[in-house]
Amino acid sequence: MSSQMNSAHVIDVTGFNHLLGWLGERGYRIVGPTVRDGAIAYDDLAGAGDLPRGWTDEQAPGHYRLRRRNDTALFGYAVGAHSYKRFFHPPWEALWHARREPETLQAQDEPSSTQRLALIGVRACEIRAIAIQDRVLLERDPQYRARRAEVFIVAVNCTTPSGTCFCASMQAGPQVSTGFDVVLTELCSADPPVFVVRVATAAGREALTAITHRAATETEMAVAESALRYAAEHMGRQMPGADLAPLLRRNLEHPRWNAVAERCLACGNCTAVCPTCFCTTVEDTSDLSGRALSRSRRWDSCFTAEFSYVHGGSVRPSTRARYRQWMTHKLATWPEQFGTSGCVGCGRCITWCPVGIDITEELAALGADSAA
Amino acid sequence: MDPGRRKPRLAVWKFASCDGCQLSLLECEPDLLALAAALDVAFFPEVSDRPIRGRYELSLVEGSISTPEDAERIRAVRRRSRHLVTLGACATAGGIQALRNFAAIREFTAAVYAQPAYIGTLGTSTPIATHVAVDFELRGCPVNPRQLQEVLSALLAGRPPVVPRHSLCSECKSLGHTCVLVAGGQACLGPVTQAGCGAICPAYRRGCYGCFGPQQSANPVSLSGTLTALGLNRQDLLRLYRTFNAAAPVFRAESERHAQ
Repeated sequence: MSSQMNSAHVIDVTGFNHLLGWLGERGYRIVGPTVRDGAIAYDDLAGAGDLPRGWTDEQAPGHYRLRRRNDTALFGYAVGAHSYKRFFHPPWEALWHARREPETLQAQDEPSSTQRLALIGVRACEIRAIAIQDRVLLERDPQYRARRAEVFIVAVNCTTPSGTCFCASMQAGPQVSTGFDVVLTELCSADPPVFVVRVATAAGREALTAITHRAATETEMAVAESALRYAAEHMGRQMPGADLAPLLRRNLEHPRWNAVAERCLACGNCTAVCPTCFCTTVEDTSDLSGRALSRSRRWDSCFTAEFSYVHGGSVRPSTRARYRQWMTHKLATWPEQFGTSGCVGCGRCITWCPVGIDITEELAALGADSAA
Repeated sequence: MDPGRRKPRLAVWKFASCDGCQLSLLECEPDLLALAAALDVAFFPEVSDRPIRGRYELSLVEGSISTPEDAERIRAVRRRSRHLVTLGACATAGGIQALRNFAAIREFTAAVYAQPAYIGTLGTSTPIATHVAVDFELRGCPVNPRQLQEVLSALLAGRPPVVPRHSLCSECKSLGHTCVLVAGGQACLGPVTQAGCGAICPAYRRGCYGCFGPQQSANPVSLSGTLTALGLNRQDLLRLYRTFNAAAPVFRAESERHAQ
C-alpha cells in the first residue's frame, strides 16, 4: 500500500452498510454495482443488499457472463458493463429551451445538477477515467462541472481482474492511489468478507469516524497487499510498449487497418462503453407549432458518418478511417491534446465489441509487422 | 414549407401495407390538436371519410408497390404532392411482402388462390423510391410516432429532421441496457440496424429484429461471422435477414450469401 495513505483500518459488512447509511443521511444519491439483466450495472443502491454479493464476471473479447463465486464477496468482479461516465456526462441532456411568440423569443438554460453523488466500488481504472474526463470537460462544460461538484468516492481496489483487463500496463491500476475519499480492499479470505480501509480526505475521515472500525492487523494488511499483487499479475491482456504515438504515426497506412475494418461493425459500442470517450453532438428541434424550441446534446461516436460530416460529405467515409481515428486518438493524439493516454485499460471496448475486436491485439499487430 | 395564408394540406396514402404506420400518426395522441392546428388533414381515410381533392403540401405514403395499379397511382400521388415522405419498412424497403422478390409469384398465387388467373399483381414488392422521387424516408416497422412527429415538425419549420442513421447499439447503450448478444449469446441485428425504435427488444432481453433496416455503415458479413460462432446456421441467418426489410439492399445481399 502506498505511503501517502494514512493508517489502515478494518470494517465488516455491517460497517460497510453503515457507511452507505451515513452517505444517505447526508443527501447523497448512492450509486454502485448491482446485478441487472445478466450483468453488473452501476445503478442506485438502497443498501449493501443491492451489491453483487457472490457474483463475478467472466469477460473475453465479445463475451460477458455472470458467474457464481464460491464466497459472498461484494466486489468480487472486475468492472461493470457501463462505466460511471453516464453519471457525469450523460448520454442525453437538454441544454436550453426557448419559446417563440410573434414578437419575442425567450431562451432559458436548463438548470444544472445540484445532486450530491456518492459512487461506491469505484475501481482504479474508473478513477483514472474520471480524472481524464475532468481534464477534458471540467473547464469547458458547466453541466459536467456541476455534476462533479459534490462527489464522494468509495473506491475498491481490484483483486479480480477479468480476461480483458489491462490496467496494469496502462499504469492505471489495479491499486487505487488517488482521486478517492475512502478506499477499501476486500478480504475474501474471511467469509463474509471484511474490508481494509484507508481514507484520503476530511470527508472520508469523518465517514470512518462515524462507523464501527478497528485497526488493521499486520496479517490483514499483508493479505490485502498480496491480493493486489495477484491482480497485477493476472491481467487478461497487456498493452504492448510504452510510447505508442510514434508506432501509430509510423503505421497510418498499415494493411492491418483494412483487416480490422473488415471485422468492425461501425456500431459505436466501444465508444459508448469507453469511460473516457466524450464526444457529443448537438441537436436542435422545434415542435409542431414552431413555437417551442430546444437544444439538446447526446453522445456521438467517431464511428458514425455524421461525426466527421462537413460541407459536401464525411471526412472519414470508411470504417477503416474511423477505426484508425478512434485508436490513434486514444493512444497517440490524446496525450498531445490532454497530457495523458485516452485509455485506462478497463477492457470494456474488447468485451462489449460484438465481434470481439481487441485494441491490444490490433496494436501488437501494428508493432510486430512494423518491426519486421 | 410555405403555409401561405392557409394551413399546409396533409394527405396520407396507403399502398401494400398493414396500416400500422399511418396509425402511428394517431398514436401522437397528446399532440393531435397541435397537429390539427399546424396542418389541414385533407386526405386520411383512416380518420375521415371526407376527402378533399386537389394538391397537397405534404403526402405521407405508407406501403410498397405490388400491383400495376399502385405503380400508376403513386405517380399520381407524386404529381399532386409538394413533399412526399414515405413511412415504414414497406414504403422504404418493400416490407415483409418483398419476400416474393426471392421466389416466383405464380407459385404463391397458385398455392393461395382457387383462381390465380384473377390475381393482378407484380412479381416484386418495391419501395416507393423505386417509382417516384421521395423527399424523406422514415424507417421502422412500424415507424416511431415521436420520429414521425419530428419529421412533420421539421418540414413545417423548414429544417432537416433529427433522425440519426447510426446503429441501434448507440441507442441501446445510451439507454443503459445490457447487450443481449455479448452478455446473453442471443442473435441480435442491433449492430447492423438503424436506431430509432428506442431499443424495444433489447429492453425486454430479446435480440433486435432489424425493423428499422440497415444502419448507414452496416457490416452484416462480419456480424454473421459472430452469429455463426453463437450457433446460428445458414438457414437461421437467411431468416434473420429476411423479415420486414428483406429487400433492403444490404440485408438482401447478406441473406443471399446464406441462401442454398
